[in-house]
Amino acid sequence: MRLLGFKTFRHGIHPPENKDETRGMPIRQFPFAPMLIIPLVQHLGKPSVAVVREGQEIVRGQTIARPDGFMSVAMHAPASGVVEKIGLSPSISGQMVSAVFLKPFPGSTQEILDGEPCPLETATPDEILSAIQAAGVVGLGGAAFPTHVKLKIPEGKSADVLIINGAECEPFLTTDHRVMLEQRDDIYTGIRYLLKATGAKRCIIGVEQNKPDAIAHLREGLPSDLPAEVEGLTVKYPQGAEKMLITALLGCEVPSGGLPLDANALCVNVATTAEIGRLLPHGRGIQERVITITGPAVQKKGNYRIPIGTPLRFLLEYVGVSPDVNRVFLGGPMMGAAAPSLDLSITKGTSGVTAFTDAAAEQTHSQAYPCIRCGYCVDACPIFLNPAELGVLAKNEEHERMVNERHLMDCFECGSCSYVCPSHIPLVQMFRVAKAAVRKARASA
Amino acid sequence: MTGVSKTLEIRTSPHILSGYSVGSIMFNVVLALVPVALFAVYAFGLAALLTLTVAVASCVMTEHWTSKRSSGRSTVGDWSVTITGLLYGLTLPPSLPLWMTALGGVICVVLGKVVFGGLGQNPFNPALVGRATLQAAFPVSMTSWLDGFGAGRFESLPSSTLAFPFTKPLYDAVSGATPLALWKFEHVATGTQNLVMGMTSGSVGETSGLLILIGGSYLITRNMMNWRIPAAVLGAAFALSATLHFLNPEEYASPALMLFSGGLMLGATFMASDMVGSPMTNLGCWIYGAFIGLTAIVIRTWGAMPEGVMYAILLGNAISPQIDRVIQPRVYGTRPKETTA
Repeated sequence: MRLLGFKTFRHGIHPPENKDETRGMPIRQFPFAPMLIIPLVQHLGKPSVAVVREGQEIVRGQTIARPDGFMSVAMHAPASGVVEKIGLSPSISGQMVSAVFLKPFPGSTQEILDGEPCPLETATPDEILSAIQAAGVVGLGGAAFPTHVKLKIPEGKSADVLIINGAECEPFLTTDHRVMLEQRDDIYTGIRYLLKATGAKRCIIGVEQNKPDAIAHLREGLPSDLPAEVEGLTVKYPQGAEKMLITALLGCEVPSGGLPLDANALCVNVATTAEIGRLLPHGRGIQERVITITGPAVQKKGNYRIPIGTPLRFLLEYVGVSPDVNRVFLGGPMMGAAAPSLDLSITKGTSGVTAFTDAAAEQTHSQAYPCIRCGYCVDACPIFLNPAELGVLAKNEEHERMVNERHLMDCFECGSCSYVCPSHIPLVQMFRVAKAAVRKARASA
Repeated sequence: MTGVSKTLEIRTSPHILSGYSVGSIMFNVVLALVPVALFAVYAFGLAALLTLTVAVASCVMTEHWTSKRSSGRSTVGDWSVTITGLLYGLTLPPSLPLWMTALGGVICVVLGKVVFGGLGQNPFNPALVGRATLQAAFPVSMTSWLDGFGAGRFESLPSSTLAFPFTKPLYDAVSGATPLALWKFEHVATGTQNLVMGMTSGSVGETSGLLILIGGSYLITRNMMNWRIPAAVLGAAFALSATLHFLNPEEYASPALMLFSGGLMLGATFMASDMVGSPMTNLGCWIYGAFIGLTAIVIRTWGAMPEGVMYAILLGNAISPQIDRVIQPRVYGTRPKETTA
């Protein structure tokens, strides 16, 4: 559907964007931490298998872990250095995970090792998929789903349209914005790889219209032989969710429980596309990514190209945080995960780091009032659930009714309901608990 | 880097909230009602001031006391009971004996709200529960009206106001009839301009349609009221009364009289739109509002009483959960029949 000339979806919310401070800042290289901690599971799927041993000297860009099966990707050394150890490291989920501890050589030139290129002209679709897997590419928007798995189109299905997701609806984050401004050619090369790999006939790049410079820049450099167009989207959260993007751009809905492929579409994040276009011609892998470091507590806000495995503590010390910082999120404040400790490291799925202070935390979830049936959540839910009714069921732990009568499993946890709730009921938080319980029950059944 | 070693707070996302809270919404409703209340005091003088004060005080004190007893924590800070008190006061005749006002305030909170579990749990608008009880218990006092803008209204009180509890109040000889009663019993139509500006007789706060609409518009612009409810109530009331008036202008009142007289404007704007008692979906709100508008006109036209808004809203509150049961949004990616209510 269209609203005032821009495409969008129904419902959704308008949180303050807070992008002004970093949107104009070019991507800068982040320095190497004295120790990089590279978890072997940075994606959805099976952990990668380390192919280096303790004490081994490795070169930046070298493969340090191989994929373990199809649902897994390779990992590459973010710096030239020596493997200090392979041991456990905390992760955002709270679990300890296996990680490679890499100590970069201080005086190294940090030249990147090239691998076997994947030539766009001659590679077959399967070869491109293998190259994407070997490059360790996962969804850089935050989901970290292995990209080659997403691109592998099952028998009997097809993707007519490739949608490049440049919405970046998450408040505070400006990484995709900068990538679109600074890596236009990489994006278009990436689109060529993706079109070839998936057999899609055309491509739409969806960008929220709060990035008019990015829209203009992309349109200006659009190669004439590329079947692609750039479409402005209304600024609204969660515009960057796959289903919302498809509805906005194609005017159809993804069937409940289905994938974008069921709407003949495929969505790939714009930063992921740019990385594919940047890495595949050189046979390189992902050893760094672009993130936004921002938030009221951060002093040197900006967009950085940061080595994978940079510890959060080093990151915050480098950019400087105010002493009253009390909340640090990996990602933005709507979808991001709160960091339980500063010993985590930046992984491929980290699109930003936002830090907040006590003073900025005035909007706390201090006291929950009873539901007053205002209907704000019903008007906010982008997939037209009734969060208020779901909340009542969740309180009574009626998980089966939540699933069967209220489509709980369709909830993709955008958090719009919790954001608008004037009673401060932790709706989406309760739904996460309920969904986990349902999955557990199904797994044991 | 002292900050980096600090303990971090963790929660799951979202980490920001819209800034609206129950308290802020309710407080803004109170704000929107203030001009209506001030006009009421201007129109009816000390009697209205005392009625409103006693109404609000009795509701707030009852809520304070009951919530303190049940949960150890007073809930008057969320402002919702202040709305109840104000709305209740605004629907009363200005000359109502104050002991009745106080009794009704207790009934509003206890029978209208507390017995159902407090905020958010009450199926009926608490203010109207109290008013309906008074209407049944004291039908004469509840239909004895005072003329607005009486001389000396700021110096003296109607003799009934301070009537001793459980005595038969004495009413002053001149008691004004409401525009609806004038029409119903004497077929006298009140001028539209007087109706809009509130230059008529009636309940404390129902006379000024204009100020009510201004307050409602304020809430609508702040997204604190679903505009579809007053629109549906007034639209349906207008449609039905206009049709009847068109068919037989002698028998049926004009739509302007119907819209701007009695409690319709106040009810449509501030009581039917009460979030707790109204449906959650927008389509549901249209149905609910239209039901109230039609019912109010039906009661006014064919019922025994000149006014029907109170019962129309209470009936609307009663069917609201049923509307929610039937009218639910179609879940994204499903076809209509797959969505179970």
